[in-house]
Formats: sequence, C-alpha cells, structure tokens
Amino acid sequence: MTKIFIYPTTSLILSDMVARFGHTPIGSALAIRERIQTAGIDSPPLQMTPEDAKKGLRWAAVEVPSGVRGRMSLYGPQLEEAEAAIIITDAEFAFGCMGCARTNELLVYLIKKKKIPILELRYPADEVEGNEFVAAIRDFLRDLGEEHD
Amino acid sequence: MNTYQPSYQGTVTKYVFVESPHTTPDDLASLAYEISDRAMIKETCFGLQITGDEKDVADIIRQLRTRDPAHIFVKDRGFPPGDPRRCRANLGGARPGYFGHEFEMGIIKRISQGILNLDEREEGKVAKPPVIRPDTGIDVAQLATLMKKEVP
Repeated sequence: MTKIFIYPTTSLILSDMVARFGHTPIGSALAIRERIQTAGIDSPPLQMTPEDAKKGLRWAAVEVPSGVRGRMSLYGPQLEEAEAAIIITDAEFAFGCMGCARTNELLVYLIKKKKIPILELRYPADEVEGNEFVAAIRDFLRDLGEEHD
Repeated sequence: MNTYQPSYQGTVTKYVFVESPHTTPDDLASLAYEISDRAMIKETCFGLQITGDEKDVADIIRQLRTRDPAHIFVKDRGFPPGDPRRCRANLGGARPGYFGHEFEMGIIKRISQGILNLDEREEGKVAKPPVIRPDTGIDVAQLATLMKKEVP
C-alpha cells in the first residue's frame, strides 16, 4: 500500500477513491486526530500553539505568517511521508475548509517540488468526465501498486 | 494553561456518506448497529459516523460497503462525534468543514456513475482526466486581425 497525499486534504472523494483502490490516503483528519488525542498542557488543542509555528519553520521561512507555519506543522510531516499525490486543482472550498490560501499554495508547491508521482485533475463537470476522473485515479493508483510490487 | 485530557484516545472515527437511490442512512445505521460490537455508531442526515478500535471500524465499513459499493463513500474524521469543539450543537451554524462536504456531495453522483462504469471500460483505454486549461489569453494572430478590423 502506497501513502497517497491528497489535496484538498479534506476531500471525501479523494480519500474514498484512494482507500477503495487499495492505498492509504493521507489527509488532514489524520493529523488532527493525532493532535487531539495527545494529552498536553495546551487546552483545548484546537488552535495553533507557539510550538507549532516553530515546527513549521522546517517548511516555511520565518517571515511567513505564523498561521501558515502552524498549518504546515500539520501538513509538513504528512508530506514528508507521502510516496505519491493526487491534486484537484479547482477545489475552491480548500480555502476555508482546509486552510488559508497561502498555505494551500505552499502545499501544492512543496508537493510538486518533492518529485513524487502526481496526478493533477479537476472535478468532473458531467457524467463523461466523471468516468474519466474515476478511471484516471484507478489507473494512477494501479500503476503505483505495480511499481511497489 | 490547563491540562488537556483527550477523550476517545486510541480510537478512529470515520464518516460514511451515502447518496443512493437504493440505500438510506437509516438502512446503513440499522445494518451498522447489527454488526457493530464495540464501536459507537452515530446516524446523521448524510450517513453515519463510526468511532471505535481501528480494526473494528474497518470491519464494519467493509461490510457496509457491500450493501451499495458505488454509492457509499468513506473518509477519516479527526474529531469524535459530539466533540464540543466541533459539534454544531455547541457552536451554532454549520460545522467547520461542512461546506467542503456539501460541495463534494453535489458532484458525487458523477463519481458513483464512474465507479459503476469502470467494469465496462475497455481494458487498456487511456483515461483522459479533466484538467484545467491554461489561461493562454487571446492568440496574437487573432488580436492582430481584430486590430486591423477596428482601424479603418
């Protein structure tokens, strides 16, 4: 099973497709779960802590807003363990439902810089595109499986 | 700062969405209650939330999927159900992240159709996924033609 980073990281469709075709989707829910199930002194662990902004320095420069660095402390480690990625390019809801626009831009940039297999596509606008959308994801994931065998 | 003691430690929570002409969230909930041993099932308007040991949750989902494979969709959730930091009973308004689900559920029928049509697809046919066309602007030759038309 290959670890597939999905973008938007909150996408139901991508998360399901990756799991359905036998791989492991890496999305924000896993990072959030790990965070809220860890006991600590910051309460409640909903907002970013000063420690997160420091962790985020690994992926974003110090002059980058702390919100971006804080979010990168969640996504950065996931990105490092990712072996492939699927990106939906026209996911406007990613602004708000998964993070801020700048974090999203940085995330896409870092995915592309990592030089892992990437499938880029947009949401299907009709049934024909839906067929191609699903087939493209299946073929991409099947080829990855063959590479790893 | 207060000490934070997490609840439901060591569990996983998964969303199960159903958008089907044959299966309702109520059908899925009944089935899930029957087969769940120790997992917590919460029925929602769109499907279920299942919380429990990772293996138990995976087993339940595997069995639920057999009911209507092309119309049941699953994803992870970070927070457990009813968590006061996320539950709209405490916050009011839509739950954070709801709009993403709302958007994707609007196009999920195309995905279901795509899954149903996968078996009939010719072997070896290369998929042409929908992509965003680059915004190239107007062609230079076309622009020149337009300019000539404007100038008497």
